[in-house]
Amino acid sequence: MARWGVIIVAVYVLVALLTPLLVSAGLLPDPNAGLDNLIYATPSPAHWCGTDRLGRDVCVRTLSASGVALQVVLLALVTALVIGVPLGMVSGYLGGWVDRLLVLLMDTLYTLPVLLLSVVLAFLLGRGLPNAAAALCVVYIPQYFRVVRNQSAQVKAELYVEAARSLGAGPLWILRRYLFRNVITSVPVLLTLNAADAVLVLGGLGFLGLGLPETIPEWGGDLQQALTALPTGIWWTALYPGLAMFVLVLGLSFLGEGLESWLSGSGQAARAAR
Amino acid sequence: MSRRRALVRYLAARLGLVPVMLWLIASLVFLLLRVAPGDPVDAVLGTRAPEAARAALRSQLGLDQPLLSQYGSFLLDLLRGDLGTSLNSQEPVSRIIGQSLPASLELGLTALLLAALLGLTVGFSGIARPEGRLDLAGRLYGIGTYALPPFWAAMVVQLIFAVWLGWLPVGGRLPPTLLPPEGTGFFLVDSLRNGLATGHWQQLGGTIRHLVLPAGTLALLLSGIFTNALRLNLRRALASDYVEAARSRGLGEARVVLRHALPNALLPVLTITGITVASLIGGALLIEVTYSWPGIAARLQEAIAQRDYPLVQGIVVVVAALVVLVTVTVDLLVALLDPRIRF
Repeated sequence: MARWGVIIVAVYVLVALLTPLLVSAGLLPDPNAGLDNLIYATPSPAHWCGTDRLGRDVCVRTLSASGVALQVVLLALVTALVIGVPLGMVSGYLGGWVDRLLVLLMDTLYTLPVLLLSVVLAFLLGRGLPNAAAALCVVYIPQYFRVVRNQSAQVKAELYVEAARSLGAGPLWILRRYLFRNVITSVPVLLTLNAADAVLVLGGLGFLGLGLPETIPEWGGDLQQALTALPTGIWWTALYPGLAMFVLVLGLSFLGEGLESWLSGSGQAARAAR
Repeated sequence: MSRRRALVRYLAARLGLVPVMLWLIASLVFLLLRVAPGDPVDAVLGTRAPEAARAALRSQLGLDQPLLSQYGSFLLDLLRGDLGTSLNSQEPVSRIIGQSLPASLELGLTALLLAALLGLTVGFSGIARPEGRLDLAGRLYGIGTYALPPFWAAMVVQLIFAVWLGWLPVGGRLPPTLLPPEGTGFFLVDSLRNGLATGHWQQLGGTIRHLVLPAGTLALLLSGIFTNALRLNLRRALASDYVEAARSRGLGEARVVLRHALPNALLPVLTITGITVASLIGGALLIEVTYSWPGIAARLQEAIAQRDYPLVQGIVVVVAALVVLVTVTVDLLVALLDPRIRF
């Protein structure tokens, strides 16, 4: 299953890289150009997935949306990582009231439904690529914080940390040298699974009319426009963007599951060898 | 310390945290709406509105007060159950929420029930042969239902069953020819009562026909969580010593699974249900919009589109509070039901 995950994600990355090149080389039409085309044209050799309500090519829009989705999700998750991991490490290492306060705050954030929180943030921040990434990133900070904090609190009590401290190692040294290396191993799985989740949330935001500006092709936004035409039986505008999103999330989930079993498997092997 | 006293202490600590969490959420929403870039006045009126109109709106929203006194009156109003007035309809926010909440709860509860039935059945069916084909299908089912974008799944279901086959209505809660039943706002309950009183069953029939697709779609999406949870826990239970002991006593496999493993595997599923409620709300938000279901999510979308700040604030606070309450209730239930739990 993990193999399928790797293949699917690789294909999406490839599509994300190639589509803008093909568009600028003139081999594919511009995703926003539509004035010359029929509106709501059924799939045909000229437009393999048909055209939408403005006559834009559904195939090209679906393909180019993959690049945008990957960009936003990557930006959001890296930001969440850069904020969440150090915060969790410091909180777990220091303990005391700072830790308790941060845990309460993060737990409260974590309780909130992901989509609700990002909807509020996207509503406040307005449309735009960095804005959408910011609205997504706040949702995932608590997740990294929780995992890293709990692990830091555990590692802190280990003998080798105690030994380092008694040899005169400062807190910064310990954080960087001992905590970071132990804690960072749990991040890749969480990152992949969160990426899957973030693709869905970004689509949800777009579907509600939030997130990215209208000029940027995005699966969720295109599906919102497809919804109005659905009762008349126009299926192609709805099918392809959603399918693209579904397969990407599926691929990322497979990858995450594979990583998890691989990491826990190699962890067991390492323990057995010791 | 006796188990009873430990339990009481745990319950008290958990319940004591509820007001703190609610206060944190309310403060967070308040702060976000004030600190975030973008002036609500600009958002509502546009940047070129006359200064007098801007000042009037500013004082109506209380934005001319210092931040601390705004916060104070926000919390005081909240304690009295006053969530402010909608900018758009000039109705109290609490009344708007009160009107649309039953619709969402009806959809959510029906979906949760269906999801549990469907998900547990799929999860249980793979247990006879772990790693077998049925088990693998269960695993794929879990990931697949998770990976489905809720609104897209809803659109596909709508297209097939409502547009192409024409079996069920596309959206809404009732046929346009029928008046909504009076009473609790839960149409299933109200129309059942009306049916019993009058002997006319169109209302109940219409309600059910409109509920099938949205609740079914939401249930399909959520059922994967139950499938996964049951699969993992059942497998863990089947590998445990007490199951081994039961087998070696010569008990039949069916009895071992049903009487020894299943009850222990179901408790964590209850915990999962608590967590599901949070994602239920995310999915329900999108499904309500797709099926034009007149619930709280549709209201939130409207409020966002109209930049109705008090309504957005009110809906978010109420929904978040509901989630916190449900999560804590489930925690308490698990603590009460599971004799092994440590505090």
